[in-house]
Amino acid sequence: MGWSWKFTLQILPQLLDALKITISATVVSFLIALVGGLLLAFARRSEVKLLSWVTGGFVEFVRSTPPLVQLFFIFYVAPHFGLMLSPFTAGVLGLGIHFSTYLSEVYRAGIDAVPRGQWEAAIALNFSKSQTWMRIILPQAIRPIVPVLGNYLIVMFKETPLLSAITLIELLSQAQIIGSNSFRYLEPITLVGVFFLILSYLSSLLVRRLESRLKINQKGLIN
Amino acid sequence: MISIGVFEKILPALLQGLGITVQLTIYSAILAFFVSFLIGFGRLSRFYPIRVVCSVFVVVFRGTSLLVQLFWLYFVLPQLGIWLPADLAGLLALGLNAGAYGSEIVRSSILAIPKGQIEAAIALNMTPGQRMRSVILPQAFRIMLPSFGNLLIELLKGTSLVSLITISDMTFQATTLRTNMNQHTPEIFGLLLILYFLVAYPLTLGVRWLERRLSTGRS
Repeated sequence: MGWSWKFTLQILPQLLDALKITISATVVSFLIALVGGLLLAFARRSEVKLLSWVTGGFVEFVRSTPPLVQLFFIFYVAPHFGLMLSPFTAGVLGLGIHFSTYLSEVYRAGIDAVPRGQWEAAIALNFSKSQTWMRIILPQAIRPIVPVLGNYLIVMFKETPLLSAITLIELLSQAQIIGSNSFRYLEPITLVGVFFLILSYLSSLLVRRLESRLKINQKGLIN
Repeated sequence: MISIGVFEKILPALLQGLGITVQLTIYSAILAFFVSFLIGFGRLSRFYPIRVVCSVFVVVFRGTSLLVQLFWLYFVLPQLGIWLPADLAGLLALGLNAGAYGSEIVRSSILAIPKGQIEAAIALNMTPGQRMRSVILPQAFRIMLPSFGNLLIELLKGTSLVSLITISDMTFQATTLRTNMNQHTPEIFGLLLILYFLVAYPLTLGVRWLERRLSTGRS
């Protein structure tokens, strides 16, 4: 079977529609991960020993288990506790929580990199705890890690095909549906790969530009 | 709510799948290891065409999603006249994908060796092969190890995707169990997560121990 351009043009609109779902799932789960990661980073620094210990355990557990299984767990177990989740909701929650554990480490590195003198100066100037965090520490902690966060956005984008396993009709499952209806898998699945390649490549160029603009060395933040 | 009898039904099936999961992890790790060095060296080659081919390989495998690659090998290749059994498709996708990431580790570790080391090897009249074997690689290997460890954990987590192309790994067993005993879904997936954790966490601890050991005496 050879490549058919006619068929390619025919299925392009359907795939572009599904790409919208993929992109919105990426954006929503990234926002969940951004907020969740910050909360986890705070909880881990908490003076309440039990809270920081439990948070640490949670982060270790989530990072050591497959995101696909976590998606199955959320999607199939929630109904047993009276909670019906749509594939999209379960999907963005699953991906968001999984990557929030990665981002909490990134935030932690960013916060630890803020010089001690900044804390001392904030105390000397009689800032409250929340003022210190919001105005002094976080702005300086987050600026250098922006490119790393950008890299995670790309990583998460490439994880969205997993959502096809919990029946969300995103890019990959749309391609599969086209394939099983037309008995042609070559064009749809190859196109999905091309979409991912183009978008992740363009995004990585953007991240690199950000990096050179922020002029930082991100050594030790991401392996 | 939770009775012990349920686990007597669930556990054997999951452990059977665990065997497949561990096997697949080991085989694809071996493939990934070879691919990492092959492509990593290729990207440092003196010959431009080799560099280009290897760069394209890395961009394609890192830029498209692992699941898309898996589906491509499983659904598309047969239409191009190449029929792969499911487990070979799974092994190839996992090994090549991890190999692409691993080649970056190999390349950056080799480039991290101080120039003076290479100059000293040249001054000692070593051949390029000797330089690589007895000066560069032993030092680069120490830098690579922790990153390879992390990649191995990612690979283990990635094996769960093969359940979607009918390979009966641990995740596949769990989804099969769920269709037969839906009322025990929480126990099935809960136990599945715990089993993955029990396999992956020792690896995580091993990586940390390695990092500590290899960083002694270095700032």
